[in-house]
Amino acid sequence: MERLQIEKPREGEKVIEGLYRDIARRITSSPKGLCPVDMTLNFLRVCHAQSCGKCTPCRIGLGQLADLIEDVLDGAADEATIDLIGQTAAHIMDTADCAIGFEAARLVHVGVLGFRDDFLNHATHGNCLYGVEQSIPCMASCPAHVDVPGYVALIKEGRNADAVALIRKDNPFPSVCGYVCEHPCEKSCRRHMVDDAVNICGIKRYAVDHATEQAELSQAEPTGKTVAVVGGGPGGLTAAYYLSLMGHAVTVYEQRDRLGGMLRYGIPDYRLPQSVLDNDIDFILKTGIKVKTGVNVGEDIGVEELKKEYDAIYLSIGAHDDRKLGIDGEDARNVVPAVSMLRQVGEGHRPDLAGKRVCVVGGGNVAMDATRTALRLGAADVKCVYRRRIADMTALSEEIEEAQAEGGNILTLYAPDHIEKDGDGKVSALWVRPQIIGAVGSDGRPSVSNADTQPVRIACDYIVVAIGQSIHSHPFEESGMETRRGAFKAERSSFVPGSGNVFAGGDAVSGPATVILAVAAGKVAADNIDDFLGFDHKISSEVEIPQPVRANFPPCGRVNLRTNDIGDIVNNFSLVSAGMTDEEAAQECSRCLRCDQFGFGSFRKGRVMEW
Amino acid sequence: MVNMKINGRDITVPEEMTILEASAGAGISIPHLCYLKGINDIGACRVCCVEVEGDEKLVASCKTQVQEGMVVRTDTKRVRDAVTTNLRLILSQHDNSCNTCVRNENCQLQTLAKDFNLLDNPYHKQQLSEKLAQWDASFPLIRDANKCIKCMRCIQICDKVQGMHVWDLAATGGRTRVDVSGNRAVTETDCTLCGQCIVHCPVGALKERDDIGDVLDAIADPEMTTVVQIAPAVRAAWGEHGGLTREQAKVDRLAGALRQMGFDYVFDTSFSADLTIMEEANEFVERLTAGELAEYPMFTSCCPGWVRFVKSRYPQLLGQLSTAKSPQQMFGAVIKSYFAEKIGKSPEKIFSVSIMPCVSKKDECAMDSMKGDGGVPDVDVVLTTRELERLLRMEQIHLETVTEGHFDSLMADYSGAGVIFGVTGGVMEAALRSAVYFVTGENPTVIDFEDVRDHESGAKPWREATYQVGDVTVRVAVASGLSNTDALCRAILKGRVHYDFVEIMACPNGCSGGGGQPIHTDSDERFDRGRHLYALDKDMKLRFSHENPDIIKLYDDYLGKPLGERAHHLLHTVHESAPTGTV
Repeated sequence: MERLQIEKPREGEKVIEGLYRDIARRITSSPKGLCPVDMTLNFLRVCHAQSCGKCTPCRIGLGQLADLIEDVLDGAADEATIDLIGQTAAHIMDTADCAIGFEAARLVHVGVLGFRDDFLNHATHGNCLYGVEQSIPCMASCPAHVDVPGYVALIKEGRNADAVALIRKDNPFPSVCGYVCEHPCEKSCRRHMVDDAVNICGIKRYAVDHATEQAELSQAEPTGKTVAVVGGGPGGLTAAYYLSLMGHAVTVYEQRDRLGGMLRYGIPDYRLPQSVLDNDIDFILKTGIKVKTGVNVGEDIGVEELKKEYDAIYLSIGAHDDRKLGIDGEDARNVVPAVSMLRQVGEGHRPDLAGKRVCVVGGGNVAMDATRTALRLGAADVKCVYRRRIADMTALSEEIEEAQAEGGNILTLYAPDHIEKDGDGKVSALWVRPQIIGAVGSDGRPSVSNADTQPVRIACDYIVVAIGQSIHSHPFEESGMETRRGAFKAERSSFVPGSGNVFAGGDAVSGPATVILAVAAGKVAADNIDDFLGFDHKISSEVEIPQPVRANFPPCGRVNLRTNDIGDIVNNFSLVSAGMTDEEAAQECSRCLRCDQFGFGSFRKGRVMEW
Repeated sequence: MVNMKINGRDITVPEEMTILEASAGAGISIPHLCYLKGINDIGACRVCCVEVEGDEKLVASCKTQVQEGMVVRTDTKRVRDAVTTNLRLILSQHDNSCNTCVRNENCQLQTLAKDFNLLDNPYHKQQLSEKLAQWDASFPLIRDANKCIKCMRCIQICDKVQGMHVWDLAATGGRTRVDVSGNRAVTETDCTLCGQCIVHCPVGALKERDDIGDVLDAIADPEMTTVVQIAPAVRAAWGEHGGLTREQAKVDRLAGALRQMGFDYVFDTSFSADLTIMEEANEFVERLTAGELAEYPMFTSCCPGWVRFVKSRYPQLLGQLSTAKSPQQMFGAVIKSYFAEKIGKSPEKIFSVSIMPCVSKKDECAMDSMKGDGGVPDVDVVLTTRELERLLRMEQIHLETVTEGHFDSLMADYSGAGVIFGVTGGVMEAALRSAVYFVTGENPTVIDFEDVRDHESGAKPWREATYQVGDVTVRVAVASGLSNTDALCRAILKGRVHYDFVEIMACPNGCSGGGGQPIHTDSDERFDRGRHLYALDKDMKLRFSHENPDIIKLYDDYLGKPLGERAHHLLHTVHESAPTGTV
């Protein structure tokens, strides 16, 4: 008998393992707008190559499916072919011996059901159903379609002020976004195909930190039209900024003392210093926008009144109301909504939690902010309780990691059950039910259910609830505005149907979302309000974008922002992340593949010079 | 200026140049297929790749700007081998049945295959299925998908210069091909048949419908009297591929050649251009005086591409078009009435051919509204300048030995005003020359209306000028190219500009750059042709349409007066709007 041996991968195996990683990165950064049928065929080919060849359905069936899809793509098929594909896939799913076969067939089956029209159009016309076009990936995934390759190229040349000016063509919050943007651009960055996404957000922060002079604005002649913007957050101020550039007289109504909305009252200073926010707001206000703070529209002044007084209104109120847990004992003292806690801190009032035990409930970015803020307020112990797993959290992974590094304790698979009060009616503990992760639902997320164990008591002095927010829509509903699940109904142009002259966007329409989505909504609103007022103003930038010097892109690691050594966390709201050094920024900029110059972007769907 | 080195030679070039341009200036040509300056510099074919010191990969010279100290090599084995591979890959998907191709000996791919000594190809031949390559052979614009090399030039010309978006990419990945946009058949689009895609196609994927056979049949038919007319812009281009100098390629030589070929009568469309002016200039004066042009101007109607455009895009402006038929159709109508009568033939026995720099004219002549009494078409067949070139080759005529001939009597005379119909601004200029006369009874003192001429080679979307016509100051505008036209129409409809008279030609620089003209690698020749027409006009004694003796005789003998009853019946039309999606 042969003796056991230490197993070592063959050289070829090592190479192919590397290729698997390359392909995985490549797939996750797939450009938008690919043909689903063509992709299905080629996924299927990969699956077929994985087949061991033992069983009929997988060995032969997957190949036959590929041939049939090939016929569809060649326009040499009809509806019957598509039916045959669907049936064959179903039979392979039923009869394949292992997952290699049945999962491959499922992929085809899902496709035939999910995009049958695409299959059909290929069969009959040999074409994709829609004009399929690849855009510049980062620009396409940025909701505000900021000219990313353009500003990265400028920063590479040391032209930080020009870079900031170019960003402002599409987004008047370059500084804010340099610090806290969720950067969907990076997800689709084509650089993934070489090594890893360009740190676009970090590069932007470098530019705003280093841009000295601020470029002049070109403002259109006054139009004599007036616009009221309700809500001075990122969306409202974006709309106000562009409308003002277009020559309209804009007045912003803000219920709080200061402008900024969630940026000021939701995002803690250690992530976004108020001076950074003020930088953007000051620039926006330079266009001559009038601001009325401390005015609560719906209470201090009616919507109807505004509608009469102004030619158009943009409703961009944020989601500042909290969601309740709906469990027993929630009325206990020291049960606080995360939004209230963060707002209070944003306003400069810092409650003393010295020595206290805090439970934060939730798994989103707000839960992380609450956890980290509680630690800074001196809490002795902060537990973040979440009903699913860390992998299921909606918070950015950086946020989770930093919360943990700062001493936040994340307890997963615990669902709140009830709150225990002491004799004074104060919180004494959060009772949670252990959960078990289970079947994956139709949304692709695994569900949770009660585990077969007893509830657990988590002793605490405070409970911070961070399970979602909603907009304060009641006053508007009373004046006849239609809402659905607490959000306003608006068209894709942001016009509110039947309102006469009201537009709405951002969190107010979509529910709580991100800064960049609010900015994008503000841009859309400005464009459509301008059209509504009878104008066709264009927003453009005169910044010239440098040509790429070299087309060399050897693989190179991505520069991630380092964390400052913040020392004693208590009462320390100083910035956590450190910006890139000059050297790092230069290197990171040179990683940009310039998809505006190379690839489809040089042909079509490239740079947008004006909007 | 930057200093750089190409193939070891030091050169100094403007910094905005590409490597390809800089090389050309230094006498080093870099092969290219997709490149079209300012319109398609996308580096798609990868045939123009060169080595640049410091770059790991070869770079596309058509879209890479020069830099100080750049060291370029176009002549290394690495470059040659890589470009050879790309040429072979392109050829693997190209139906290279060259000897039965309309572009044989005028094909950029064929030339490169020869230049690179490609004697074999190791790659599999990949051709589209019959279904995907199908095309309506009766449409005046013909596309052969299996010859397309996906250079995207047609898409770009149609998008950027003409703004019509007829072409698009279809499918993705390896199946990506060029096709009609939006899953439509070409007959379902609002294609104006301008033919700009054809003249910018580097290979034989796009061409006009070949109607030479019908013409040869008519010539061979002893019962038929064949009549041919030659459009003004044809004279500026017909000799380009025939080895003739511009001096040799006179229209009189062409007239001689056509007669030698067997046409019974040969005419010059410049004659009916003069006739068009008689009608159109008078119509303009009448409509202006009647106050019909207070809001929107009168537009010229001689360009069928423009007429198709306005029908699909701006039907609300259709009523503003001059009702005058185009010179081609006027000539046809006169041939099958006045001329038929004079030579004692019935219109059915006359076969009327016109040679045009245009593909859209093939569609125009087939329209129901362009038929005379009894449904006899005014013009039976339109041949493009390119078909004329082919016809001359077929007949094996040695052009340099052909005797120059005159045009046939009755309609032999033409003015310089008629000749400049073949270039942007020419129709306007010709009309203004005569309009002044019609209003004041005197010819204008300055004959050249320089402001409506395009001295900047298409730099402006449109040109405008004001002229004194009698007591009235007339505001005119001239545009060529359909994106420009679209911009002008929008400005007019939005009320941003006001004109009395507007000339539109669908092709850039007008008919001299027409979609039926001879094809060259790049497209600068259109401006030379236009300048040539102006030079011909300048040298002519007769420069006013209304002074053309044969025109005066035609009115005296037959038509009566301009806009009179017979003239109206024969020379005017009603522009009917087309149902959506078709023209």
